[in-house]
Amino acid sequence: MSPRVDVPIADLFERARTGERRALGRLLSFAEAGGSRADELTDLVHPHTGGAHVVGITGAPGAGKSTLTGQLVAHADDAGMRCAVLAVDPSSPLSGGAILGDRIRMDPVVRPGAFIRSMATRGHGGGLSLAVPAAIRVLDAVGFDRVVVETVGVGQIEIDVASAADTVVVVVTPGWGDAVQANKAGLLELADVLVVNKADRPGADDSRRDLELMLDLTVLGAWRPPIVLTTATEARGIGELHGTLVAHRSFLGDSGTLPDRRRRRARHELVTRVEVLLARLTRSQVATPDGLALLDAVAERRTTPSAAADSLLHAVIARA
Amino acid sequence: MTGASVTGAEPSPDPTEATDAEPSDLTPIRIVLAKLGLDGHDRGIKVVARLMRDAGFEVVYLGLRQTVDMVVAAVEQEDADAIGISMLNGGHLTLAPRMVEAVRTAGLDVPVIIGGIVPDADIAKLLEAGVAAVLTPGTPAEELVRVVRGAVSGA
Repeated sequence: MSPRVDVPIADLFERARTGERRALGRLLSFAEAGGSRADELTDLVHPHTGGAHVVGITGAPGAGKSTLTGQLVAHADDAGMRCAVLAVDPSSPLSGGAILGDRIRMDPVVRPGAFIRSMATRGHGGGLSLAVPAAIRVLDAVGFDRVVVETVGVGQIEIDVASAADTVVVVVTPGWGDAVQANKAGLLELADVLVVNKADRPGADDSRRDLELMLDLTVLGAWRPPIVLTTATEARGIGELHGTLVAHRSFLGDSGTLPDRRRRRARHELVTRVEVLLARLTRSQVATPDGLALLDAVAERRTTPSAAADSLLHAVIARA
Repeated sequence: MTGASVTGAEPSPDPTEATDAEPSDLTPIRIVLAKLGLDGHDRGIKVVARLMRDAGFEVVYLGLRQTVDMVVAAVEQEDADAIGISMLNGGHLTLAPRMVEAVRTAGLDVPVIIGGIVPDADIAKLLEAGVAAVLTPGTPAEELVRVVRGAVSGA
């Protein structure tokens, strides 16, 4: 947008709340970059949050998450619900760059006014786990009714991100695996809603049956994750998915589980914040003469890694 | 230029060797890449997207059949630093000035870079219309990266 001049964050926030997309875009960059400005932003918007329904959509690459997300946003929009999308894609571990291609699936279906933001994982340890909650908070505070966070469900970070949502949607496709796969621990355990996308393909009913079998063997609370069949490219099943999300949000409120969810999210965020802080302190401690001496001691087998780590930790805590 | 390597790229920061620097100092340049109108030749823009990713850029890839308004909306939402438009169908004298105009009308200060088949005689016209740079076939990857970085920093 404009040159990177220092517009006060509070001004940007006021402009973003009145619907100015550029201001919101800039705020999300601050949230994404982390550091002191992100903290300032978080402090500012935190009191205004809590109104949005945060939906995480995750699943294997190619499952149709972006198309599904686009259709879902278009449908919710028609129902008078304002949605924002946070689409997370991986950064290259080699160059740090990224190709963020989710808009290509969403732009054709969403209305011109819909807000979509692409976010790269950017590799810095724990960074994404902080950037995503910070960005969600901004979108929540400016008044979106629903914030959809889309991630590729392959890594731990992505799983963390998805599980920070109020409602977690896991997308599978026909032929993705059988009942044994379904019973392996992982992403499916986190699901509040299961989607079999590309349901026009052979095997959709088998997938549904396998998922039902998995759920039968799972100790469930009062909410049994519904299984929704969709064909996102033809907008089939989208109304049912939308209704299911609304129902889950109501369930969270009525059953009193929403505070638990939000506490879980807060715990995850706080622990990550401290981890990131500790990691930064640890790296700079390692670079001190004492730290370098420790590295030598371990490399030359004069001390053990665990003893050296203990001594490093004590030094870090003393500094913190 | 498909096989060219980007030697001019800055290496990505290794998270395990990060210092106390503010994380925002490490923010990659974000560029929106798109094709306007009915020009369906997207081989080139895909190559460029890949080159730029490998040079450490974050590429917001919009692909085919975009309007200038769609590009502007994406730039605003993505807080992008630059716009790259690929044009291979001779529509550049019509569409490139429209793109520049749309960016100005929106009050954005984001350089528009045109890549593709542009006759030499037209390059000056595009620059006059406010295009930041024109990159034609055969441009080495290093040059591409240098030009985009330069356009973003206002050099």
